[in-house]
Amino acid sequence: MLELPALGWQSIVIFVVFALSLLIATYCTYAERVIAAFLQDRVGPDRAGPYGLAQPLADAVKMFTKEEFFPSGANTALFIFGPCLAMITALMSSAVIPFGNVLEFGSNYFFLQGIEVNIGLLWVFGVVSLGVYGIMIGGWASNNKFSLLGAIRAASQNISYELAMGLSLIAVLMISGTLSLRDITLQQSVAGEWHFWNIVKQPLGFIIFLVCAFAETNRTPFDLPECETELVGGYHTEYSSMKLGLYLFSEYVNIFVASAVMSVLYFGGFNFPFQYELRDWLVSNQDWTLAGAQNLITILGTVLLFGKIFGFIFFFMWVRWTLPRFRYDQLMRLGWTILIPLSIFNILLTGGLITFGII
Amino acid sequence: MQSLSNRAKQVEKKPMTLAERAYLPAIFQGLSITMRHFFMKKPTIRYPEEQRPFSPVFRGLHVLKRDEQGRERCTACGLCAVACPAEAITMVAGERKKGEENLYREEKYAISYEINMLRCIFCGLCEEACPKAAVYLQADKMAPPRFERDEFIYGKNRLVEPVSPDDRSKRGIQLTEEQAQQLRTKMDAQLA
Repeated sequence: MLELPALGWQSIVIFVVFALSLLIATYCTYAERVIAAFLQDRVGPDRAGPYGLAQPLADAVKMFTKEEFFPSGANTALFIFGPCLAMITALMSSAVIPFGNVLEFGSNYFFLQGIEVNIGLLWVFGVVSLGVYGIMIGGWASNNKFSLLGAIRAASQNISYELAMGLSLIAVLMISGTLSLRDITLQQSVAGEWHFWNIVKQPLGFIIFLVCAFAETNRTPFDLPECETELVGGYHTEYSSMKLGLYLFSEYVNIFVASAVMSVLYFGGFNFPFQYELRDWLVSNQDWTLAGAQNLITILGTVLLFGKIFGFIFFFMWVRWTLPRFRYDQLMRLGWTILIPLSIFNILLTGGLITFGII
Repeated sequence: MQSLSNRAKQVEKKPMTLAERAYLPAIFQGLSITMRHFFMKKPTIRYPEEQRPFSPVFRGLHVLKRDEQGRERCTACGLCAVACPAEAITMVAGERKKGEENLYREEKYAISYEINMLRCIFCGLCEEACPKAAVYLQADKMAPPRFERDEFIYGKNRLVEPVSPDDRSKRGIQLTEEQAQQLRTKMDAQLA
């Protein structure tokens, strides 16, 4: 795997994942508007291209042609660095996510994953927690009260919810015993048993993780950093043109990554029910080679993983257009007095269940 | 105290139950409501492609009618201009010359007949005032938006009904004086 072709393959995968994240984020802006419209009995943008599918292009053209505005008294370097950091950290975390199992051509094996590391999960959370710096720096550099308030809210909210998120993950790690996302996925591939996806073993942990994911990606009902009613635009009040575009974009990339991580950790990643039965059936009854059948279920698994990811993205948007925003004290109370004790309880529960051999 | 409408509800500030404090049941309730709306029929009308039918009594753009022989009905009596509360109608009357009997129904006709669509309030009083059943407000046509103010002053070239039923499709197309003359000669040939 460490020969030059393998390295070339990894570069290709990372490039494809990078392009895919951007494409998905682009069309998330369109999906957001259409889903919002449908949930509110409207039809959404349908003028640009068939079904309005060229809308993201039109939006991008609009963003690029807007005035580049720098507020007076702003720290110019940091002002530019903020959105860049937000975008970089959003894109970096998808490198370790296993988007598919292995493709086999002759004696070559190609893993559909950027980098396979044994600290995959730590990498994701390290990078995601860096993401708040983009918001912090942008809000600080704007030299604006509202931006600063939004940035402070973002920072304290992300720190508060990262605790509960990390604690809910510890329960997953207790079951899996590994930090490698590929291993965690493969452990969920045991077919025919009732507990082959982690969601069955960790329903409480999943709910905690889901709530925290909403808070981490600054989505409604936890979008207090950009709370329009109180803070004008929050941390990106002073931003215009494509710098604002990068902030909005990084939010959608974050949603994509959070959805991917949830699919991998709790919903079996690229596994799907009866995959091995399908492979064995193809080999024994349809005269497929083992490699060919394996490649087929790998590709099917990747497609289904993206299905799961899109499902979660839809859920993010569905919740956004259903729930109103929390008040800030409610947000903090939920994080500190409910989610953290609950996730500690979840750890104890999981430990107990493991000790008694139930899961 | 008895409330007047009997619809007033007594507000109770009970402490929330465990299910209410857990938020989740209420959130799922809300999600199911929005999902129901997701699949509902949308009331949106995508305007240029879909258009709602006008009401049959809609009062739109004016038309100056012809009689069954294709002659203009208007005699430039001026009653419409008098009836018009917005003073949108102006006209110049003229005497029909010999040989123009196939063009104008009466001995007097309107040399020019102009309606200013920026003044017009589409009340239909001109239609009611007309003794010759010449001016009508069409139920299926609106005065379209224009860029210049003078384009809103509709002359006879845009108001008079097209010459023959075959030319109905040309209704609304602004004819130049030449084209109008051509149509008239064509009409003459048909009548002769």
